[in-house]
Amino acid sequence: MWENVAEVREVAFHVTRFTPERDVKPRVQTFQVPVRAGMTVLEGLHYIKENLDSSLVWRYSCRMGVCGSCGMLLNGRPGLACNTQIFDIAGTDLTVGPLPNFDVVRDLIPDLVPMFSKHAGLRPHVVREDAADQDDPAGEYFQTPAQLEEFLQFTYCIKCACCMAACPTLATDAGYLGPMPLAQVQRYNVDTRDGGRGERLAAAGAAHGVFRCHYAGECSRVCPKGVDPAKAIQHLKRQLVLDYLHLARRQKPCAKQHGPGKGTRDPQIPASPPRTIGA
Amino acid sequence: MPELKRHDNRLGIWGWLGGGRWGMERYAYILHRVTGLGILAYFLMHICVTSLRAWGIYLWTGEGAFLDAPVFKVGEFLVFSAFAFHAFNGVRLILVELGFAVGKPIEPVYPYKSSLHVQRPLFLAMMVLAAVFFAAGSYEFWHGLAR
Amino acid sequence: MRETKYWTWFMAAGLLILALLGLHMVVMHLGSLTHLFAAHPDQPSVAQANSQARDASLFFTLSYVVLLGAGLFHGLYGLRVVVFELSLKPAAEKALSALLLVVGLGLFGLGTYAAFAAHGRAAGASPAVASVAGASLAGRS
Repeated sequence: MWENVAEVREVAFHVTRFTPERDVKPRVQTFQVPVRAGMTVLEGLHYIKENLDSSLVWRYSCRMGVCGSCGMLLNGRPGLACNTQIFDIAGTDLTVGPLPNFDVVRDLIPDLVPMFSKHAGLRPHVVREDAADQDDPAGEYFQTPAQLEEFLQFTYCIKCACCMAACPTLATDAGYLGPMPLAQVQRYNVDTRDGGRGERLAAAGAAHGVFRCHYAGECSRVCPKGVDPAKAIQHLKRQLVLDYLHLARRQKPCAKQHGPGKGTRDPQIPASPPRTIGA
Repeated sequence: MPELKRHDNRLGIWGWLGGGRWGMERYAYILHRVTGLGILAYFLMHICVTSLRAWGIYLWTGEGAFLDAPVFKVGEFLVFSAFAFHAFNGVRLILVELGFAVGKPIEPVYPYKSSLHVQRPLFLAMMVLAAVFFAAGSYEFWHGLAR
Repeated sequence: MRETKYWTWFMAAGLLILALLGLHMVVMHLGSLTHLFAAHPDQPSVAQANSQARDASLFFTLSYVVLLGAGLFHGLYGLRVVVFELSLKPAAEKALSALLLVVGLGLFGLGTYAAFAAHGRAAGASPAVASVAGASLAGRS
């Protein structure tokens, strides 16, 4: 434990570098960084960029574990650079690499597009039959606190891709949907407002879907937000099996406080802005 | 914009094994896979060998039987050990993967329990049962060798 | 839903195997501790006499066939899962599925034939063996 907060110790940052114009494959560059207690890996990287090598590149934004941009492989384990304190995981040496299971674009930047494409393909939003009303809602949906609890945990996902980097199946199976998209399938499937369950289950139950998960548990272990994707995935499997055995309780999307089109707009709610896409 | 070269950072089969900073469920996962493949290899051979009894051929018993060679005996013991692990870990996996042993969704307020913590007692209990089954089989194995 | 169907039966087969292979393991590997179902307790479980006595019993013959089917499905589907995770091309996936189906059905046919043929031989050739096995089953189960 580091009782003396004023103490400064040198830690060797072994950072993976990759410059696509020049390098055939990634290389490791070591920087000596003076570290004091409480300093995060992100601060260490900033120290390098400001004082030792301004060409080092990584992705970050909020610096407080909310945006999900700075996911990296820290001492062999995926985590957010901004909420990992250096002395929590390192003594004298710290390895910092890009998240595995994704292509590396440059230095510490993974290409997360494949993950977002899988996510987008699973309709990760509330789906209602009445599309017009969904786009411009005129009333609230009924939902009890207990119904909210069923999926609230999974809404905290910040799409940082740490779970995808930790997943052993994704280490070989590029087509596997992965923990984040599957957890979001569960998040919307159990949402009582939603009517897109069947469509999502068909995608999740396909060849490289939910059954490629074998509960190694790494996604839940590395998740910086406590989303527990492994839990969501196991509940999703149960849903699929119960559906197949015709044992699932049929559920219709919950009703609206006012029927579609019958509600009067609350004057406090401003009108939605004009459409910018698909207008 | 020209397409930039990228580096494929997929871990490959090494990623199944893990890099050393993983949890016990990760090792159970890989051991389950390895034992499963081992048992399957044995099972396919076992079907062929035992089917010969339909024609009165018993390769595994009698004086100087073919399958009495030490290498087959040790192999058989390995398969038994693999079964002990695979069976009990499999019971845990069935309960976990059907959502019975992972707990309900919760508000993740620290220090919260993840599904890994919820199923851990079941995991440990299953490993103890596998160890007991393994110990009994080991006694039988050495007993048989001594005979 | 095809994967859901396969996976559900994969789990069910696992449970069936747990019961039947558990029994098989207890009989074969814990024989000197338990002497369960041993028509000739003075001989090892794998001895030809004990083997024939089990073959003579319809219960064991049927349990072998059920175990064979469940084991082949569970094992070959498990292998398919592992190999599919290596990112095969769709054509290779189809070819592998077909190959595993052929191997599975072939071995199931062979094993089923052998189980019933051995049952016929053991029960027919030596009624004494069958009666000893029957008595052993009745007395111990």
